[in-house]
This record gives sequence, structure tokens and C-alpha cells, in this order.
Amino acid sequence: MHASQRSTGAAIEIRKASKRYGAFTALNDIDLDIRPGEFMTLLGPSGSGKTTTLNLIAGFTDITSGTLQIGGKSVTGLPSHKRNIGVVFQHYALFPHMTVGKNVAYPLALRGIKGDERAKRVRRALDMVKMADFAHRYPSELSGGQQQRVALARALVFDPPLLLMDEPLGALDKKLREWLQLEIKRIHRELGTTFVYVTHDQEEALVLSDRIAVFNGGRIEQIGTGRELYDTPATLFVGRFIGESTVLRGSAEVSGDETAMVIGGQKVFARGRLADGARPVILLRPERVALKRAGADVDADENRLTGTIAEAIYLGSGSKYEVRLSDGTIAVVRSPLGATDFVIGDTVDVTFLRSDLILLPDDASADVTLT
Amino acid sequence: MPSFFRILLGLFCLLVAILLLAPTLVVIPMSFNGNKSLAFPPVGFSWQWYANFFSSPDWTTSFSNSLIVALIVAVVATVIGTLAAFGVSRAAARTGGLLRALLITPMVVPGVVLAIGIYAVYLDTHLVGTVTGFVLAHTMLAVPFVLIAVQASLEVFDRRLETAASSLGAGRLTVFRTVTLPLILPGVLSGALFAFITSFDEIIVALFITSPYLKTLPVQIYSSITRDADPTVAAVGTLLFLATSLIIIAGLLLGMRRERT
Amino acid sequence: MTATPDDGAPNAAATDLAQSPFLSRFRPRGPVWLATPALLVLLVVLAYPLGIVVWRSFSDPAIGIDNYVWFFQSAVNRAVLQRTFVVAAWVTLACLICAYPYAYAMTIVGRNMRLALILCVLVPFWLSGVVRTLAWVILLQDSGVINSILRGIGLPPVKLIRTLPGVVIGMTQVLLPFMILPIYSVMKGIDTRLLPAARSLGAKPWKAFLQIYVPLSLPGVYAGAIIVFILSLGFYITPALLGGPRSILLSSLVQNQVLSLLNWGRGGAMGVVLLVATFLLLAIAAPLMRQKHTASRREV
Repeated sequence: MHASQRSTGAAIEIRKASKRYGAFTALNDIDLDIRPGEFMTLLGPSGSGKTTTLNLIAGFTDITSGTLQIGGKSVTGLPSHKRNIGVVFQHYALFPHMTVGKNVAYPLALRGIKGDERAKRVRRALDMVKMADFAHRYPSELSGGQQQRVALARALVFDPPLLLMDEPLGALDKKLREWLQLEIKRIHRELGTTFVYVTHDQEEALVLSDRIAVFNGGRIEQIGTGRELYDTPATLFVGRFIGESTVLRGSAEVSGDETAMVIGGQKVFARGRLADGARPVILLRPERVALKRAGADVDADENRLTGTIAEAIYLGSGSKYEVRLSDGTIAVVRSPLGATDFVIGDTVDVTFLRSDLILLPDDASADVTLT
Repeated sequence: MPSFFRILLGLFCLLVAILLLAPTLVVIPMSFNGNKSLAFPPVGFSWQWYANFFSSPDWTTSFSNSLIVALIVAVVATVIGTLAAFGVSRAAARTGGLLRALLITPMVVPGVVLAIGIYAVYLDTHLVGTVTGFVLAHTMLAVPFVLIAVQASLEVFDRRLETAASSLGAGRLTVFRTVTLPLILPGVLSGALFAFITSFDEIIVALFITSPYLKTLPVQIYSSITRDADPTVAAVGTLLFLATSLIIIAGLLLGMRRERT
Repeated sequence: MTATPDDGAPNAAATDLAQSPFLSRFRPRGPVWLATPALLVLLVVLAYPLGIVVWRSFSDPAIGIDNYVWFFQSAVNRAVLQRTFVVAAWVTLACLICAYPYAYAMTIVGRNMRLALILCVLVPFWLSGVVRTLAWVILLQDSGVINSILRGIGLPPVKLIRTLPGVVIGMTQVLLPFMILPIYSVMKGIDTRLLPAARSLGAKPWKAFLQIYVPLSLPGVYAGAIIVFILSLGFYITPALLGGPRSILLSSLVQNQVLSLLNWGRGGAMGVVLLVATFLLLAIAAPLMRQKHTASRREV
């Protein structure tokens, strides 16, 4: 797309937005700022409100309370066909009675763009998704991945300032998904359009996004970059939803600026403390944990928990272990290439630095089975 | 399945097929009968009954009456029925089901009961023997067919296509015109065809609301049958059969060409 | 339609125009009002006339149930009523016997054969209803096709015209497609692997068929039977043309009362009897037609 025709991405501002369907609250008072040209992913399990938010931005449903502004102007009450936003759906939604070319030309025809100009823009859009040779085919002749690329071209051909994508890769197989993720990332870089992407796949979110908003039960638990969410999750739900983790629970004692927790007869120490009244849990990332033979020396700053290897998986790039601790908790550990190998049944010490553990308030809503 | 049963089943189906086709197989030869009788087998060969149909004012008037009424009914019933199909298929489940059951009642009520009721109303409102009267009654009878046909198309129609079109900038009416209608057209057209045939063939109500000034073709056929043994009826039947076959074959061919593989 | 890219100014009028389809989970209060024209037509040409029929049956010539009393008291009328139901039952049975194997055959043959079989079912509809009945007159009359064939092979002629069996045969042929199509559509959905599965568990072929296939096909059978029975009750043209004075059915009586005798009271009463019988049957049969256990067939 020519720089002169390229649209600068729109900003989105959502304030105290709620969406209720009768007695059911899909969204509960959410605040969200999306910066112009950003790639923002709405991440969360099914029913968490991420798709509802997308539908609000698209105009497919109305906000019950709160405000929604796109590009600085309120869009409450504005029907979807007036919002000039591109939308890509999970099941492509290509018009079966039109060729690929006609599908992509459709939004241009609606906007009165005819003739050479229309043909030029259609060709450019198809080139961008590498589907230019398929202009005369019908959607039924294309594979899923090809259809999704056409859908992407159709949503971008009219240079919208904002592109919404609702789990567009969910119906595709793994290799195709990974390839298309990179294609989407490339197109985003080239265009500068604001992308808002919905998915329940946290790996996908980490690959694609500038920032991620984690949804749970109609609320946003945290907004941040992938690194921020992984290293410093604000809630137990976020910590467990993003990446792998081990959650340790035990009886806690707080003294001054430190928290100590007794787990299965052993004591571990953490820096910092939670607000009064909050029951703490400890979250560990698998890479921040090292396995040593039981009884080996530990540094002063290291915590130690003894357990037995329950599962040992060789990954090629390293190994992954599941260690059953004395209180029954399973600790997930990733060992790099070159570390000592252990086998099932070995007694080991799970060691981690005080600075490497994350202290979080316990939360019942984080205990759902996360897909 | 053992071959013995297969042969038996095949024979049975053959017999049933003959039963189904027997009238057609009989009417066509009878239309060329040399004699003015309905005795079988027909003797001789003659085009006179076809000639009689085209030259007799009784027959040609009743034919054109039926044609006019059926064409009007096809248009009116299709519009009304398509609107109703949208109302039914996009309503909440219970409302939609109730509505559909209501709109199907013309198919379920015994024809003769409907006929006497309509006759009573038409006598009071002077609608007996009028085009309006026929169109009204036949539209009522045809709407269920249109409803069923269009609703079947709507059920398999992916509504997300409408959402997509809207997101691309199409207003409600544009979405209907460019996306919905083209894709449900087969259902709408077959509904229109059913409506046409229902009206053209309708006899029960017609027998009551007909008058010497406005007779439809089925009424003419019926009085011919009860009056004398005139093979012209066979000729008319054959002509209608041919016409219907041609229309349906044309429709199928068109449908196959639209079918993109 | 020229629509310039809007920069998001809210449009109050646009709020009134309903939105595009929402999440599939929550269906909106749809445009039910679109069905109003159809409902209006039905009100004027169906509900009102039926109302008049019912009203007159209770009020012509005087308010009361005289017409019904007259109807049920007359032995002739009762005989006609009984005959109507008996004929409808015979027709339904005949249709069922012919339709079930035919529909089953349609599910097991190849594509071309199936097309031919379907064609045979649909072709009768291309012949005008009245003409079809004429054809049966030709077939059944003393000098008709059947008797010609019988004479040809040396058998004595059979009197079929103006008899009940003749009426039954004619009505069966006309209504047969209405039995075949529902049964076929249900049979189509029965998983073809169920029978081999039953056999692999030790069931004899005919037993597997009776215990597994037939019960699954029953919703279609009920639907077809109800449709055919109800249509038989209201049948008018075929019995009128094929039947004689001793095989009059209720619909002919109604026509006679109203058209010839201008007696809406009595004609209406008989009509109401027909109506009530129809709706009673529907009420009884509707739950039977619901397919409670759907046997899905995996499309290959």
C-alpha cells in the first residue's frame, strides 16, 4: 500500500464498559486503552469477555453502560456498517457466490470506488497476502488457510484504521497457524494499522502482540507486554494462564519485609509481602528452577524443596521434569541442555532463588481448568 | 442383503413405480385418441383434441384465467411467504415455532371445509367469480409452500456472512440485496414455483367460488369429465405435463450451471 | 451505494435501525413483524371463513346443536362418517405397505437409480390433480386398462369403477408420494453402520433390521401416516369422480349440503366434525413424530 494511502492506526479508548444480557454479565466495568498502530491481543479462556469486547468495538452489539471511543470519537449507537473497521472472523465468512476478486472488491464497491482504481487496490491487497493468482477462484475451491488470507485481504483492502480479528487461526492446523502468525505480524509491521486480536492461545498471543490484555470472567486482570505478564503477573490467574508455572501453597508467616511459607515440612523464604489479609501463594516459572541431587549444597539465597521425579520428558532443546513434592504438589521444571539428567523415581531438591519467585494473593477464580 | 431379497425388492419397487406413473402413462396416449371416447386402448391417432383445446373459447379462456391468477399468486405469495420465512426463522425459538405452525395451517385444514367457509364469505362480499377472490384464496393456500421452501434455504444460510458484509460497510438493505438474496434464491424460486403450481392446479376451493364468467382450468376439466367422455381433457393434461416438465428441467439446468465446482 | 469512510460521528437515527446479527449465543428479538402480511392473509381467508363455518353450524337455522344432533342421529350419515375413516385407514395402510420398501430401496441404491426412483415419486405431481383422477377413471372403468389386461390374459373383468376399492386405489396413488418422502428423509439419516454393528454382535440380519432399523425409521412412518390420513379425510375430487352412490365420503356430503342445498348449518356441522377429527389426530401424533434419538450418519 502506498504510504500516502496508508491509514495511521486508530486509538481505542474503553472506559467502565459493561455488557449485560439479561441477568448475565459478559463484561464488568472494563477499562482498556489501545494505542494507534499497536498490536493488542485480547487473551482469555472461553466466556471471559474477550469476544464480547471485540463485538463492542466492531459494533455487532451495543454497550450496556460505559463509553467506547475510536479515533477520539464516541461510537455508541453507531451501527457496524458505518464504523469503517476491518473484521476477520474465525470461519472466514467469505461470500460463497462471489469469486475471490469480487469478495475483496466488495467493500470498495460499497464505497463507490470503481474501475481501474478498484482493480488496482484489489490486486495490491491480494499481493499482500500472496493470493493474487486466485482472483478468479471461488471460496469453495480454496483451503482453509487460503480462505483466511483472502478474508484478511478483504478486511484490509479499504485501508481501515483498525483491524479486528476473532480467533482467525483457530480452525487451522499447527504448522499453518504458525506460518500465518508470522504473515500477520509482517503485514502489521508494513501497514501501521491498529490490530486487535482475540485468542485463547497464550503462545499465539506472545508471538504476535505488542501488548496483551488478559480477560477472566468479564474483567481484565492485567494489561502489559508479554514479558511483563510472564515475569510480573499481577494476579494468580494471569500467572497460571501465561506460560507454565508451579503454584506453591502452605502456611505463611510474615515478618517485616519478608514472607516465609512452610510447604510439606520445609520452609521457603520470599522477598516482599502482600497486603494485609491476603493469603499468599508462590508462583514459580519452570526455567527459574534448578534440580540438584537431594541433600546437595544450597546457597544462602536459595530455597530448597525435596521431592521425587514423577515424569521426565526429553525435549531436544532440554528436558522437562515433573517433581512430586512432599505435600503432593507437582512442580514443573525445565532444565537446559547440559544439566544433570534425572530419571523417574530419583529424589531431588528443587532449588530456586528468593528473587526468582513471584508472590501473589490466592484466588479461587484462578483454579479453573485452563485450556 | 442376499440377492433373493434384492430381486424381490427390485420387483416391488418396479410395481410401485408403475403405480405412480400409471396415470401419466395412460393420459398421454389417450390424448391422441381417434374416437371421442375414453375407452382403453385408444383407437386410431388424431390431433383433434389438441386442436379442440386451442380453438375452443371455453378451454382457452379458462386456461388464460388460471395462468393470470397463478402468476399473480406466485408473485404475491412469494413476497409474503419470504417475509414470513424471515420472521419465523429469525425469531426466538418458541415464537418462531408457533408462528410457523400457524402459517402452515392451510395445508392441514381439510380442503372442503376451507372451501365452504370461503364461499360463505365471498357470497357476502361479492367476491365469487372474481380474480381478487381467487388470488386471495390461492395465496392463502400457497404461502405455506413458500414458507417451507424459503425457510429451508434460510436454515442453511450462514448468518455470519451478513455480519461480515455489515462490517465491510453494507447497510441492512444492501446486505439483503447483495449477500442474502442471491444465496437463498434457489429456495425463493422453488417456493414461487410451488405457489404457481398450487394455484394453477387448485380445484377444491375453485369449484365453490367459480362462476360462469370466471372459470379456471381445473374447473373446466372437472365439468368436462362429469359431463361427457371427451379426450380433450387428456390433451390438456398432456400439455400441462409437458409444460411443467420443461419448466422444471430448465430450472434444474439453471441450478446446475450456478453450481460451481 | 456510496458510503464515505465515516470518522465515527454517532448517529441517533442509526440506532433505531436494527443492528446486524449478534453473537450466535444470544439471538436477538428478530423481525417477527415481517410475518404480519402472511398472518393478515390467513386471518381474512382462513380464520374468518372457518369461524363462519363453525358459527353457522351452531346457528343455522336456529342457535343450538340441532345440526350435530341431526348428523349423528341419521344412520346414513353415521355410515358415511365411518366409511370416511375406514377408507382413510385403508389408504394409509396401502400407502405404508407400498412406501416403506420403496423408501428403503431409495437409501441403498446407487446415485443414478436413486434419481430415477425419486423422479417416479415426483412425476405424478406434474400431472394436474384433476387429470390424474381422470386417468384413474380410464384405468379402472369397465372398458379401462385394468380390465383390458385382465381380459387379455383370460381373467374375468373386475368392477372397480364406482366402488370403494377403486376409490382406495386412486387415493393411494395420489397420496403415495406424501408417505414416501417423509419416510425416506428419516431413513436417510440412519447410520448405515448400525446394522453391520448389530450383526457383528451376533444378531441375525432380519432381527437386526426389526429391532434396530425399524424403530429408528418410525418417526418418518408416523409423519407420513398422519399426513396421508389427514389428507384422505379431506379428499374430495377423487372419491367424487371414482366413487358411486354407495361409496360417498364425508367431503362429498359437505359439498352437497352447501352447494346444492345451500344448507350451511348442516354442511358446516359436518365440516366441523372433519376439522375436529383432523386436529385431534394432529395433537395425538405430533409427539410421536419428534425424533428423540437422532441416529446420525457420517457423510463420507
